[in-house]
Amino acid sequence: MASKKYDLVISNGRVIDPALGFGKIADIFIKDSKIVKIEKETAVTKKEKSSLAKDQLIDATDKLVVPGLVDIHVHLREPGKESAETVLSGCQAAAAGGFTTICCMPNTQPRIDSQETVKFVQDRAKDAPARLYVVGAITKNIEGKELAEIGDLVKMGAVAITDDGHYVQNPEIMRRALEYASMFDIPVMQHAEDQYLVDGGVMNESYQSARLGMKGAPAVAEEVAVLRDLALCRLTKSRLHIQHVSSKGAVEAIRRGKAEGINVTAEVTPHHLILTDEEIGKEFNTNLRVNPPIRTEVDREAVIEGLLDGTIDCIASDHAPHTEEDKDAEFDKAPPGMIGLELTLGLIKTFLIDKGFLSWAEAIRKMSYVPARILNLPGGTLADGSQADISIIDPDKTWTVKKNQFFSKSNNTPFIGQKLSGLVSATILAGNIVFDRNKELN
Amino acid sequence: MSKLSSRHLLGLENVPRQDMELILDTSVTFREVIDRTIKRVPTLRGITVVNLFYEASTRTRISFELAEKRLSADIVNFSTSTSSVKKGESLRDTVQNIEAMKIDMVVVRHGSSGAPYFLTQCMDANIINGGDGAHEHPTQALLDMFTVREKYGSLDGLRVVLVGDIKHSRVIRSNIWGFKAMGASVALCGPSTLLPYEVEKFGCDVYTDIDEALDGADVVNVMRIQLERQKSGLFPSQREYTNLFGITKDRLKRLNKNYTIMHPGPMNRGVEISSEVADSKNSVILEQVTNGQAVRMAVLYLLSGRKEEEGS
Repeated sequence: MASKKYDLVISNGRVIDPALGFGKIADIFIKDSKIVKIEKETAVTKKEKSSLAKDQLIDATDKLVVPGLVDIHVHLREPGKESAETVLSGCQAAAAGGFTTICCMPNTQPRIDSQETVKFVQDRAKDAPARLYVVGAITKNIEGKELAEIGDLVKMGAVAITDDGHYVQNPEIMRRALEYASMFDIPVMQHAEDQYLVDGGVMNESYQSARLGMKGAPAVAEEVAVLRDLALCRLTKSRLHIQHVSSKGAVEAIRRGKAEGINVTAEVTPHHLILTDEEIGKEFNTNLRVNPPIRTEVDREAVIEGLLDGTIDCIASDHAPHTEEDKDAEFDKAPPGMIGLELTLGLIKTFLIDKGFLSWAEAIRKMSYVPARILNLPGGTLADGSQADISIIDPDKTWTVKKNQFFSKSNNTPFIGQKLSGLVSATILAGNIVFDRNKELN
Repeated sequence: MSKLSSRHLLGLENVPRQDMELILDTSVTFREVIDRTIKRVPTLRGITVVNLFYEASTRTRISFELAEKRLSADIVNFSTSTSSVKKGESLRDTVQNIEAMKIDMVVVRHGSSGAPYFLTQCMDANIINGGDGAHEHPTQALLDMFTVREKYGSLDGLRVVLVGDIKHSRVIRSNIWGFKAMGASVALCGPSTLLPYEVEKFGCDVYTDIDEALDGADVVNVMRIQLERQKSGLFPSQREYTNLFGITKDRLKRLNKNYTIMHPGPMNRGVEISSEVADSKNSVILEQVTNGQAVRMAVLYLLSGRKEEEGS
């Protein structure tokens, strides 16, 4: 007979909750979609566990049990380009990647710049296996000209605003956006690349763009954009979040801004932490085309350093699905972006944890607790009473990225064929198992 | 050594010197064919070559076409103005359709860097890069090298100056790799706004003063300055460009004796080069054009894998 005291117990895993400073083998007890308690096994709990039905007990021996991961930068393509991703397929990809909370960007077609579009996307996510929070547009139709009805967006549930994909080029509009958003205590998320300096560049400006004869998007375009926005943020005493930091100059600018007390946060993607522009000339792989572009080894080292010293607060994937047809093109004609939700964990484990840059606890903190705090989202912790959003990770499981393995509707990633270590084995959302890799295999 | 190490010619960067020498040596034979009364050999009989031109081109296209005809190849010309590319067909679909027509070799001119590499991933034909974006234009550089070698016997130790829009020129990139591999020293000269970022990593001397650049040089290869660059603000006026970088007779005094003036065409006379210089006895501009056919014949022949007896 099933126990009524608990709905689900995750047994004997190594529980890591960086927010609580917790990191030992323990059991997690869940009731009514909430975490009731985390305890080391005792005679009492052993007995409690033995009274559970088979489907109420997850054996997490040799696994890591962590707060459900949070990705605050994801592109779903619904409405407008459902062949690349829908809200549901994006949430399935999230669950398979260990993410229980994701935030979608507003550059859909139509843009998420009205209550109707916010509600449409929220409705699509109703039965999805991840919590979806909507980020609304800063300006109407992401044209950078007039503020969107930000109050309306927030009222409908938007947790932040961004024109992501586009920099708010006009400094006056950006100033007003920061001022206006501060009324609602939401951050303005900025895609910081000055478009005049980018000037149609398709890869990082460096010797690599010089030898390939490709139009370069200079790193200074990001640095200039960040410096301007730091000044505006200081002026308006508002909250600024710099998306996908990619360059040394931007890291240094943010570091100085934080030291000065400016209320700025920042994220970095796995690809900017791992890849450099030297990859592009090898095969002109259009899956390496991304905005901002992957840059030089100097930049890569700088964003890692920024992540380690807290200048960059968190990791976000910038999951950007595109269909195979759209990516199967000349390098400069392919749309920018790569998918990330199902790869982030394995990439961070393989390239940052295994290489000694981050501990598991630090990595999990930057992928759950910290991003949740930046956008004031619930989650990111396993504290008693919190929602039971949990990821179970097989920490040293090695696997190879395959083109046909994705829950995402797209497979545009340059990491196909990459051997990784660390794989999500199950994801629990509000106490329900929404992803179980063992079942996927059967 | 009588075979190239690759079955495509995508660019000259990383092409071994022996390959370039083989192409230049083979070109000598074909150069002789062009001077015959009957300018035709049966070498590529039965081989079908497609000239796939996604960008406007006069001289490169005609030069390849004549080279193919003189080798007795069957030719199909494809340019975007007359094709279904206008109807939105992707590059992969276009080339796969062309390949389904059983063709053997493709000469491709395309506005995107890397497009010839893309073709090697979609089809089995031998691919010859006829110019891709601002990346490479290997046959142009090979004909430049051939022309210089004909005059001096060797490229070793020569000082070659490439003048013009270094940033946007595919001819310059291929010239850099080709001349350097053959033992010449290469200098680049142009306005600082038309030098690519980190230009020093090409391993060439870089100048923004034309007189310094020309000092002690043997070969000056002058590039066409595209007038649209002025419109996008990369230099203030044509007049100022001519004053600062135009190759005029006065500026030639600093060159070594027996110097050579080159231009890949089409020329803006009176802008990057004066007519006096372009038409002078040291100018090999028209020889470049003639030699282009021979070099392209050599490239087509060597990549086709044909042995001489097969064709005859």
